Amino acid sequence: MAAEILAASSPRRPPFGQRFLLGRAERRNLAMGLLFISPWIVGFVAFLLYPFIYTIRIGFTQYSGFGDPLWIGLENYRQLFRDDLFWKSLYNTLFYTGLAIPVGVVVAMGLALAMNQPVPEVPIYRAILYLPSVIPAFALSFIFLTLLDPARGIFNQALMAVGLPNINWFGDPRYSKLALVILAQFGAGQAALIFLAGLKGIPPTLYEASMLDGAGTWRKFWNITLPMMTPVILYDLILGLSTGIQIFTQIFVIFGNDPPGAPANSTLAYVPYLYNNGFRYGQMGYAAAMAWVLFLITLVLAFFIFRSSNRWVHYDTD
Amino acid sequence: MARAIAVQTPRTSTASGARSSSVRKRFRSQVLPRIVLILMCAIFILPFYWMLTTALKSNDEIGAYPPTLWPHDLRWANFKDAVEVFPFWSFLRNTATITALTVLGAAISNPIVAYGFSRIAWPGRDKVFFLVLATVFVPFPVLIIALFDIFARLGWINTFLPLVVPLFFGNAFWIFLMRQFFMRIPQEVSDAARLDGANELQILFKIIMPQSWPALSAVCLFAGLHAWNDFLGPLIFLQDETKYTLAIGLTFFESQSQYDIRFNLLMAASALIVLPVIVVFLMFQRVFVEGVTLGSMK
Repeated sequence: MAAEILAASSPRRPPFGQRFLLGRAERRNLAMGLLFISPWIVGFVAFLLYPFIYTIRIGFTQYSGFGDPLWIGLENYRQLFRDDLFWKSLYNTLFYTGLAIPVGVVVAMGLALAMNQPVPEVPIYRAILYLPSVIPAFALSFIFLTLLDPARGIFNQALMAVGLPNINWFGDPRYSKLALVILAQFGAGQAALIFLAGLKGIPPTLYEASMLDGAGTWRKFWNITLPMMTPVILYDLILGLSTGIQIFTQIFVIFGNDPPGAPANSTLAYVPYLYNNGFRYGQMGYAAAMAWVLFLITLVLAFFIFRSSNRWVHYDTD
Repeated sequence: MARAIAVQTPRTSTASGARSSSVRKRFRSQVLPRIVLILMCAIFILPFYWMLTTALKSNDEIGAYPPTLWPHDLRWANFKDAVEVFPFWSFLRNTATITALTVLGAAISNPIVAYGFSRIAWPGRDKVFFLVLATVFVPFPVLIIALFDIFARLGWINTFLPLVVPLFFGNAFWIFLMRQFFMRIPQEVSDAARLDGANELQILFKIIMPQSWPALSAVCLFAGLHAWNDFLGPLIFLQDETKYTLAIGLTFFESQSQYDIRFNLLMAASALIVLPVIVVFLMFQRVFVEGVTLGSMK
């Protein structure tokens, strides 16, 4: 029996790849494919996977950036749990993100509907509405610093002209986060273009059919446009979650970093606090623990958005 | 009276009725959207207007209350003064170098990787590609502590390497964008070339790339924009003043005197940084728009 197998296998041993049921061409393709994606594999391991694991490791140590990290187990996480500023920064970030996402969806949808109007010069309007999203966030933030200044800015002059109060956007803790939400809307052109592509993808036959039913503009929007746009909205929610939770530049530029979170810690956000711990207070271990928690929070929130999506996202089944 | 006329001349009445309804239709399809669009555009252009007008105001005028809508006299000298607040030209050179290298890295790496994920059929390809997409769920700030430490050990801090080298290994969004484009090209094109004895690199550079300029230029533009607009990266990895970028340069206005920022000069410097972006955008509008929509498709 054994001899039989030996006899059968020794003269013509099956090629290595066949043990994994791969033919000659398939093996060639596998090698070629891996060769072509090898830059990504190297980059993934060197600049993502390794730093990611390294972050988790430093999170268990006390480390100032110099010398050797000192293993302290879960101490950073225990300290994190008791750190009021950590909770404050998490609260502020989630508050901001929770406000910026729905406002962003409404603004992007409004812009996209306007961009979709059949007026001949609409490309010009599209370009203007998209323009603020290509300029640097730091520059837009500096502009906002003067634009929303209660004494020197024109924004508040316009508000007062229509009878609204003169709001100290960056000095009043009640309005500071709202100011950041308004700032974020100037980047809505990006999402609006994606929404616009979604609008253009809706088959006109759907609207024609509802017109025969005598549906008005509002009913058409509610019954056709909105359901057909839900996949795009889902994409925008994920994008908004990721950018919202990472907010850094705008806060660093507008509210300064010395002391961070002015006024009254109302803009102390997660990433700026992480940055300060790591790069200003010399607590790399603590900052790494924060980074790891940030990843978990992002993942959990994205998971919940995806899980809820099968209840409200409409997928074309035909 | 009106009723009397209507009774007397029913035909004109219906005609004018039809005209008024067509006027209303015209208003709803042509006039109303324009009003809304122009209002929206006015809001979205406001930051640029404010930047430019503030940049041209005198020191006295930026302190004026209420603020003036248009500068009394245009102080073009502000631009000359603004570039002296921080070493503008040296920071511009740094930013331009980083931007050029970033574009180069993105232009080389993303098409090659995207080719491997779209034009070659290999077992497990789509599972690995799913992993590529999953990487976007690791926010960059999560990695900054570890990356800083790793780059510090390599001696890369205060060099452009941490900002540039990773771009030579592909980026999930841009790989995705190129892959979407490559997938549209019929597979028969590659099969025919293979029968003619072309190898995969030849197919990529001689057949696929010449058809993919829109995608490649979108990736280049996005990469250039990413580098030019980056704030957190330079803030962390560049600590020596000679290596700073324009983004960091603007913060000099704040650190100079925190309570009395010279807004006219700050806005003049901002305008100089924003202007190239606007010019590039206006020149390549179509590429931007196609890139954004291509990169968002499921």
